[in-house]
Amino acid sequence: MKQRLVVIGAGMASGRVLEHLTDAAPDAFDITLFNSEPRGNYNRIMLSPVLSGEKTYEEIITHDDAWYAERGIACRFGEKVEKIDREMKVVEGENGHVPYDKLMIATGSNPFIIPLPGHDLDGVIAYRDLENTQQMMGMGPDNKVVVIGGGLLGLEAAAGMAAHGVDVTVVHIMGHLMERQLDEAAGYLLKKSLEDKGIKICLQANSKEILGQDGKVRALLLEDGTELPCDLLVMAVGIRPNTALAKEAGLATGRGIHVDDQMLTSDPDVYAVGECVEHDGAVFGLVAPLYDQAKVAAQSLLTEDAAFVQKTLSTKLKVTGCDLFSAGDFADGPGREDIVFRDPSRGVYKRLVIEEDRLVGAVMYGDTADGSWFFGLIKDGTSIEEMRETLIFGPAYQGGDTADPLSAVAALSLEAEICGCNGVCKGDIVEAINAGAGDLGAVRASTKASASCGTCTGLVEQVLQVTLGDDFQIPTAQPICGCTDLTHEDVRRLIKGQELKSQAAVWQELGWKTPNGCHVCRPAINYYLLADWPLEYQDDPQSRFVNERKHANIQKDGTFSVVPRMWGGITTPEELRAIADAADKYDVPTVKVTGGQRIDLLGVKGEDLPAIWSDLNKAGLVSGHAYSKGLRTVKTCVGTDHCRFGTQDSTGFGIKLEKILWGSWTPHKLKLAVSGCPRNCAEATCKDIGVVCVDSGYQISIGGAAGMDVKETELLCQVPTEDEAIEVVMAVTQAYREGGKYLDRLYKWLGKVGMDWVKAQVVDDLENRAALVERFELSQSIYRKDPWAEHVRDKAQTYAPIADFTLEAAE
Amino acid sequence: MSWIDIGPIDDIPLRGARLVKTLIGCIAVFRTAEEEVYAATNSCPHKGGPLSEGIVHGQSVTCPLHNWVFDLNTGEAQGADDGRITTYPVRLEGGRILLDDSAVAQRSAA
Repeated sequence: MKQRLVVIGAGMASGRVLEHLTDAAPDAFDITLFNSEPRGNYNRIMLSPVLSGEKTYEEIITHDDAWYAERGIACRFGEKVEKIDREMKVVEGENGHVPYDKLMIATGSNPFIIPLPGHDLDGVIAYRDLENTQQMMGMGPDNKVVVIGGGLLGLEAAAGMAAHGVDVTVVHIMGHLMERQLDEAAGYLLKKSLEDKGIKICLQANSKEILGQDGKVRALLLEDGTELPCDLLVMAVGIRPNTALAKEAGLATGRGIHVDDQMLTSDPDVYAVGECVEHDGAVFGLVAPLYDQAKVAAQSLLTEDAAFVQKTLSTKLKVTGCDLFSAGDFADGPGREDIVFRDPSRGVYKRLVIEEDRLVGAVMYGDTADGSWFFGLIKDGTSIEEMRETLIFGPAYQGGDTADPLSAVAALSLEAEICGCNGVCKGDIVEAINAGAGDLGAVRASTKASASCGTCTGLVEQVLQVTLGDDFQIPTAQPICGCTDLTHEDVRRLIKGQELKSQAAVWQELGWKTPNGCHVCRPAINYYLLADWPLEYQDDPQSRFVNERKHANIQKDGTFSVVPRMWGGITTPEELRAIADAADKYDVPTVKVTGGQRIDLLGVKGEDLPAIWSDLNKAGLVSGHAYSKGLRTVKTCVGTDHCRFGTQDSTGFGIKLEKILWGSWTPHKLKLAVSGCPRNCAEATCKDIGVVCVDSGYQISIGGAAGMDVKETELLCQVPTEDEAIEVVMAVTQAYREGGKYLDRLYKWLGKVGMDWVKAQVVDDLENRAALVERFELSQSIYRKDPWAEHVRDKAQTYAPIADFTLEAAE
Repeated sequence: MSWIDIGPIDDIPLRGARLVKTLIGCIAVFRTAEEEVYAATNSCPHKGGPLSEGIVHGQSVTCPLHNWVFDLNTGEAQGADDGRITTYPVRLEGGRILLDDSAVAQRSAA
């Protein structure tokens, strides 16, 4: 007698089961198929091409009515199953009971809806089924849509709608797109391609609330206060296995319905397949393992031996023009080595991850032709020992190509600006070279490129080499570190000229040889990015040396020193009491007066930092930045307040300067002093910037030092008023911030650009001075604040150990 | 080998580290990529620098005191420096960091 099989859910997995079953044993079962959607099986993963208009719904139907009829399958579409009665072996549908001998649960998954306020408004949808797809297809060029979720599904939804001219914004909580499949570099390239398609992308964006009007969605509000207006809001943040029916029926469930290798649940007559199952701790969202499960389930039903084995998966994004490939584990587990290949000119990035001479992961962007070959190597566990050196070039590699150190410059467009001072672009230089300028001097003479501050000299030389080939030999310049062949100056110019606004962008566009830099280049790049793009770039604490990350100076025993700011070196009895109390409370072993007129508390334990800062904050004391490559101190003498020789209010002026400059980051530390008369008690003439007051005004001199090198400052200018002196100091600080090489003190930068150039920029050209001041102020709108207070508020717990077993063991 | 849950991976910043205290010393737990963790002694063999405060790059960490660089896979110092840090088994499960219990216990008992 035929057995009765009931299948709940007509999705891709159960469709495959039915195919296998009816092909192998057409007469084995009487089959009833329930589906709550009013239709049979269609290829759900092809909804994206339907959305973008590349396919129609009819083209993605896998099983039509005739197919079910032919196989004698009783279809109950549009009917929900209310209950499974395992004791009676009956499935209770809305329109009546169906008894079974064997049951197959294929209830799939539900899209996860973030329970934000307003998630139940009209116009807030998931991206899951044909109805959702049709809603999205209803949007046109006059509509705005927000997609929450920068994963596979969210991006396909966004690209599909953008293809119809819809104004789409993707909001993603992580630092880069598709973080589960891609690393930062590939994520950066993907973002760029999508932005080229007109899709706006907000990363590290936390959604706060969905705003509505008359019950309908109006906008998405982000944590930072940004409001993104929209007519439709699509949530594509993940799926949850749909286990409700199984759970109610008392089957074993976890994240999904528990199944064994034969796809059997905890009931020997009930099978489960697809996105609703959990096998060996894993749940499934991609189609390949679902098909494997379907085959195993069909064989198990026919009492054949079969076992489901989880395999390595590969991912491709179904967005035209975004060529990416990811397979295996590329960021998971120890013992790994990376091979990275970047070709900035073609926008290509490839990264292979190798473990014990075997390829375990691959991420590729821009050129994925070798993807399936690499995927094969991963799946088969082939030893790559023999081909390690050339592996990344793919199977077609014939020997030859190596990464070209000039590729970053070769890739620049002719419009790319090389010399910022004189506004000379690559095309001008190439033209001059073709007209006969054969060396640096000739290029300078004919185009003025690198003829002013000179920091772009390296780039001009590379343009010469790219254009002239072997006829031009570049004088050897020191690259930043082993991660790149470019110098600091080259990188600074390219960050500006190419508008590179993230570390991932720098690594990719400038052909970095390592996945994410090293301790030498990371702090430099982090500084360049925040100095050049104060609004767009977010400071990365993990690319900072410990002192700047923890806002305190590390000492040889791993403790820290804490220096509160004393504006202009002026303090009060209240502040001194607060400092003394803090020193007592936190057992500070050494209290020292510094050369910059501050008080240093040495020997504070790392975990006590937030607490001591909080105490000092309460007394009105803020960070003294004694640890920073930034504004340290403005030292003053008492000036006209008390001194019989003082010519100006040097103390008040110093305090004003410090309040303007504090918190700013510079290539190296920046120390100032203001002396009230030429007797110079504040020692202003050995500071980075020194001001000596005279009867007729303020003498501003720069480029002093009293460290490894001892230098006297050189006079920049004398100005009559305090206001103008402040402007000049801000302008020269900004010029140094914009042009200096990381870890060059101001005097070294001055030595490279020359005093004449600085004078021209900040003394003579008033318009340029104003522009420098404006850019400095823009940056200070972000950075002029107390990092101690911020860390006390937001990061205090990161100063404590993540786990402490000393307490547990002591009990 | 049994595993001890020390916390969620998101408590460690990307390319950062956190400390685990044990009775006779600290273990640094590093996060190098979205889902990649390592554990090693916190103390640099050179002058005892706290490695958890170092810059994490690739699968290496640079000691904040004198820039010794250690490969977190092997614990070996890189380049011209000669030395090794002890590494400990650590793994990820469902976003939680699991540290080898015996490593912690041995150190506590010693």
